[in-house]
Amino acid sequence: MTTAAAQPTDWKLPSTRKVAVITLIVTESALFSIFLVAYLFYMGKSLNAPFPSQVLEFPLLATIALLSSSVTIVFSEKALHAGKKGAFHLWWAITIALGAYFLWFTAMEWKHLIFEKDLTLATNVFGTTFYSLVGLHASHVIIGLFLLTLVLVLSLLGKVPADHTEHLEMISWYWHFVDAIWIVVVTVVYIISIRY
Amino acid sequence: MNPDTFDPNFQIPAPERIGEERGSLTRIVQELVFTVDHKKLGLMYIGSGLIFFVVAGIMATLIRIQLAVPRNDFLEPDVFNRFFTMHGTAMVFLVGMPIIFGFANYLVPLMIGARDMAFPRLNAFGFWVFFFSGLLLYFSYLGAPGLYAAGSAPDVGWFAYSPLTAKAFSRGHSTDYWTLSLLMGGIGSIATSINIIVTILCLRCKGMILGRMPLFVWLFLVVAFLVIIAMPPLSACQIMLILDRFAGAKFFDTQAGGSAVLWQHFFWIFGHPEVYILILPGFAIASEVIPVFSRKPIFGYPVMVAASVMIAFISLGVWAHHMFSVGMTSIGNTFFAISTLLVAIPTGIKIFNWIGTMYGGKLRFELPMLFCLAFLFQFLIAGLTGVMLAIAPFDWQLTDSYFVVAHFHYVLIGGLLFTIFAGIYYWYPKALGRMPDFRLGLLHFILFTVGFHITFFPQHIAGFLGMPRRIYTYDTGRGWDIWNLISSIGVIFQAAGILFFVINLIYSYVWGKKAGDDPWDAWSLEWATTSPPPSYNFETIPEVRSRRPLWDLKHPDDPDWKYE
Repeated sequence: MTTAAAQPTDWKLPSTRKVAVITLIVTESALFSIFLVAYLFYMGKSLNAPFPSQVLEFPLLATIALLSSSVTIVFSEKALHAGKKGAFHLWWAITIALGAYFLWFTAMEWKHLIFEKDLTLATNVFGTTFYSLVGLHASHVIIGLFLLTLVLVLSLLGKVPADHTEHLEMISWYWHFVDAIWIVVVTVVYIISIRY
Repeated sequence: MNPDTFDPNFQIPAPERIGEERGSLTRIVQELVFTVDHKKLGLMYIGSGLIFFVVAGIMATLIRIQLAVPRNDFLEPDVFNRFFTMHGTAMVFLVGMPIIFGFANYLVPLMIGARDMAFPRLNAFGFWVFFFSGLLLYFSYLGAPGLYAAGSAPDVGWFAYSPLTAKAFSRGHSTDYWTLSLLMGGIGSIATSINIIVTILCLRCKGMILGRMPLFVWLFLVVAFLVIIAMPPLSACQIMLILDRFAGAKFFDTQAGGSAVLWQHFFWIFGHPEVYILILPGFAIASEVIPVFSRKPIFGYPVMVAASVMIAFISLGVWAHHMFSVGMTSIGNTFFAISTLLVAIPTGIKIFNWIGTMYGGKLRFELPMLFCLAFLFQFLIAGLTGVMLAIAPFDWQLTDSYFVVAHFHYVLIGGLLFTIFAGIYYWYPKALGRMPDFRLGLLHFILFTVGFHITFFPQHIAGFLGMPRRIYTYDTGRGWDIWNLISSIGVIFQAAGILFFVINLIYSYVWGKKAGDDPWDAWSLEWATTSPPPSYNFETIPEVRSRRPLWDLKHPDDPDWKYE
């Protein structure tokens, strides 16, 4: 190494927030992958009904809602960068509404499964792995909605400083992660396992 | 940001006064509870880890008393089961993990020239979560009987195989305490590891490129990545077990199509990387101590980094070598045997590099170096028995025997604990400002090393003779008597060694020689500041131009960066 290279003129380090959120996403992915493996491992191993093919329906609207919320949050961020506070609030609120719709859909689906199809966590290994995997994801949606709502309320109250755009970006990264996990979950649960 | 800066009355003490003020007890306790300073948290991690170490060590001593002679009735069988469970769980989660996090907390920011960890409050959170998870585990002795009046402390072994943990077989709340404590501790470990990664990647001082970081920092970067990947499976295990026990889920309920083997897979997906999470910090300490006491820079720095990353990578794919005897396919057995054997390559590289560092060096046999030398020999034995156990047919014969017990005690005591002692003696002057007493330390070293080998070497033979682990007693005439007796006698030496260690820690704190900033004539940045370092670590943030920044400062005529 030459001496010129040994003396960096500008010293740049990655942002602490970004690295922290990326590592958080890595560790969360590891957690999800174990529950996904458990679901795949127990696919078709339930000893008693109901089986996935009898009770599961593809959650089309909820999936569309959750995936489009990833788009609206990007619009929201773009609006913020352009300095359009109103558009930012609007898109941010739409994101919350889409996420809330997804959560409501899950609640209704669970209600249907529990009270009409008699599928609970304790019914069979399908019930066990289904509720724990989808529930793990839903709990992440709840955390995301809490963060999104907090930002909206604080921003409407004018308590979000202008230089905190990176904080909001981190929330949107987390939200994208929750959506990406849903793509995997929906593929495994509602497309692959529906054959059993 | 340092909380001290918010105190309007705060005055930076004069350099010669730093470390001299030692407040009253209440003041100290108040500081410990409120602090977010990485150095105090680091010492708290190490201190509470050592307290749990003594408790779990006493349990091991009682276990050895019970096993000293055949047909002994010193401990009830139930009590014995609780003791080996609590001993194992505590040693891994309440001793190993906090002590390595303590070292990381204390030293990583100092070594990379930062003023604190990236998220100081998250750091305090991590410590207190760990601390209360430890209290929760031990509270099981009082709390677990609950209304059922069944059970006491956990008694399912530290890996808690299913279906032993099912409601039907583990009545009362003992297993619940175990699982909640580990879930909680896992959250703390993940929080701390995220903090370590962010600190290392984002807070390095000017010029501290990755290729110039001390190996200690590199290894903790690898360890932190292993934790964030390997700890979630453990948390997932605990969540599943909690759902099974409280909500009637069927994860590990074999009568409902659940699988007991799945628990083994999930637990060891965590459990094996955990071994490397524990031993890589040992490597980290050795990689700092050996060069300084050989008066040579580390041999093969890039290879050491690559070997560490390789070990971490391979360690994620070897977990089922704990499960050769459950009846996997021969392809599975072969895969895990080969992947396990592969670990020996980077580990061997490391051992050769440490020896290469010492070769031709001017060795100084101070306390840290003595422990590191013992570590090299003992870890070699541990590695060789590890290679033996990696051969599936060999493992079929000796799995769950005392041979395995001997193997992992050679890893965790001979490998990890010896380097922890080396690290404590090496950085004691930095953290507390006083030199550890050499004579007391030498007594500790001799007694503990001798005791360690007397205790654990005969266990290899007892294992060969077929003695299974976790039995509370045995009949005479099976050839195990003498080896168990020798093994138990060794504990006396170990306990005496630990006694001298504790005496040394206290004695040197009060009467030890003043250490000065750099008593070992070392090269990394933590020695560039005062002993103990002020809460802001460095008055001016240093600038680094080579792997040995302090050498450059001390030898401006012959700096390292001319050659790197």
